[in-house]
Amino acid sequence: MERTPEELYQEREKRVMDAIQLKVPDRVPVMALFGFFPAKYIGITCEEAMYDHEKMMKAWVKTMADFQPDMYENPYPVRFLGNILEVLDYRALKWPGHGLDTMLTYQFVEDEYMKAEEYDEFLFDLSDYMVRKLWPRLFGALEPFKKIRPINQLISYYMGLANLALFDLPEITSALNALSKAGREAQKMLSGAQAFSEEMKRLGIPPQFGAFTQAPFDTISDFFRGTRGTMLDMYRNPDKLQEATEKLLPIMLEMGVSSAKRRGIPRVFIPLHKGLDNFMSLDQFKTFYWPTLRKLMVGLIEEGLVPCPFFEGDCTSRLEMIADIPKGKACYAFERTNIFKAKEILGDHVCIRGNVPLSLLCGGTPDDVKEYCKKLIDKVGKGGGFILDAATGLDDAKPENVKMMIEFTKEYGVYR
Amino acid sequence: MEGDLVNILADLKEKEALKIVEERLSAGEDPLKILGEGRRAMEIVGRRFEAKEYFIPDLVYSGEILKEIAKKVKPKLKGDAQVKRLGKIVIGTVAGDIHDIGKNIVTFMLDICGFEVYDLGVDVPAKKFIEKIGETKAEVIGLSGFLTVAFNSMKETVEAIKEAHLRDNVRIMIGGGQIDDEVRKYTGADAYGPDAMAAVSLARRWLGGK
Repeated sequence: MERTPEELYQEREKRVMDAIQLKVPDRVPVMALFGFFPAKYIGITCEEAMYDHEKMMKAWVKTMADFQPDMYENPYPVRFLGNILEVLDYRALKWPGHGLDTMLTYQFVEDEYMKAEEYDEFLFDLSDYMVRKLWPRLFGALEPFKKIRPINQLISYYMGLANLALFDLPEITSALNALSKAGREAQKMLSGAQAFSEEMKRLGIPPQFGAFTQAPFDTISDFFRGTRGTMLDMYRNPDKLQEATEKLLPIMLEMGVSSAKRRGIPRVFIPLHKGLDNFMSLDQFKTFYWPTLRKLMVGLIEEGLVPCPFFEGDCTSRLEMIADIPKGKACYAFERTNIFKAKEILGDHVCIRGNVPLSLLCGGTPDDVKEYCKKLIDKVGKGGGFILDAATGLDDAKPENVKMMIEFTKEYGVYR
Repeated sequence: MEGDLVNILADLKEKEALKIVEERLSAGEDPLKILGEGRRAMEIVGRRFEAKEYFIPDLVYSGEILKEIAKKVKPKLKGDAQVKRLGKIVIGTVAGDIHDIGKNIVTFMLDICGFEVYDLGVDVPAKKFIEKIGETKAEVIGLSGFLTVAFNSMKETVEAIKEAHLRDNVRIMIGGGQIDDEVRKYTGADAYGPDAMAAVSLARRWLGGK
């Protein structure tokens, strides 16, 4: 019997939540982070996807309709950014048509946007530091903000009003105009996101995530100090680095909680970058990385939400440590971690998601993919608590391989 | 006293190491001798990394301390200090990919292990690899990539090297991100390495060295 989209939606939502709560669902749920795959699949450029609402909408809706994953990822907040980035002259990213070929995915430009000697300013007043120091480095259009006086001095009629005289400078006016123009573009992006989620409701597909946040250490390493910067800070400024992660913790928590609650979707995506086996020792992970990540996840759980960290790279040596989390309340996705070992160590505690290698999805045959999925379903899927996914974003995967991954899981992954 | 600097640097004691260097330089010691000890310390760091006692942050920090030492020593150097190198390696992140954290670590490890490394940077077209192979006569090529787009770029680079009739002169290793042995087969490279030490082992196997 044909199910209505609402029934399909509920069925899929239950399947995934059963897996997360370590119950045995009707079958193994299957989904993916599609990345820019839909653009390539439909035949538009990545540049068009980032700038052209209609083309992006059409490409992504058709891809979801054709592939029917159990859940979707809304492409707007992370892809439809071309105009916003351009208005702000964002320097920490190269994107298609803007420093990169139009068929390439955007890529991050890492740097020490915050200097090692600026930790005290960061810790004293983060917002003021960001507006007057970090933003001018990150956004070309906001560079004039480096001239303004501390924003925390505008307190009363006789404290701070004189500081406003600087806002009369033409370059500050143009920076403020850029912000308001970026605001209009951000509004279009949000309307696009809303329209996309309506389309998905019509297909009966729920969203994977209601919010996005990051481990505090990653936020510092990715966007403030750079990978090399934080590595050196672990030796030269260990106390300040730790204080900085603690300072970011409530901000990262609020970012997850407010958006997930507003949208009524409990799952919070937390992609993890710099705590991998190769990027720090287990001791350093224990000291600098895990404490605030754990507090973040427990904080989300206490708010009734589901932390969904994505352990990029290989984190096999961390499995025992990351097992310390309330049972049946989180979902851990793995890229190159030994997922079979993860099942042994975490299986009765945390739902596991992963990890069909992209080398197979891009270079292999549908039969190779099928064989790997079978192994995953047999071993990691045993007894529930498993979501099948590619190891990371699909981007250049072959459509026939993605199709095999999803359809084979739907057929073979049924629990009897 | 002289063994101290080697061990103190290998133990990553930055302040102590810099203090010793300053004292010895102001006592009029041969700056080349200090650099030689720095190199010996880096060999110990490399061995500890190989033994998994040290991790990438330790490597990065050791390199940083060495840089600080070199800053103090260089003004006192007369002429260039030539060191015998084990063999030449051309390395780069392939076309379409601008990620360099992994590549930089591999370059650093190959360098401290005694190889002459020509690092072409990121988003390197096949043509640039071929030019550099021609110019340096390097026998080992390292192709790095983080994104899936790198799979095809690597394949195209290997093919271009073949078309330039250089394929028989070089061994090609690949690594980074999602790269694995499946990708090696796809690209036609000679070997895949999961980390920086694998790159060093491959280079040693192909070029000699301990």
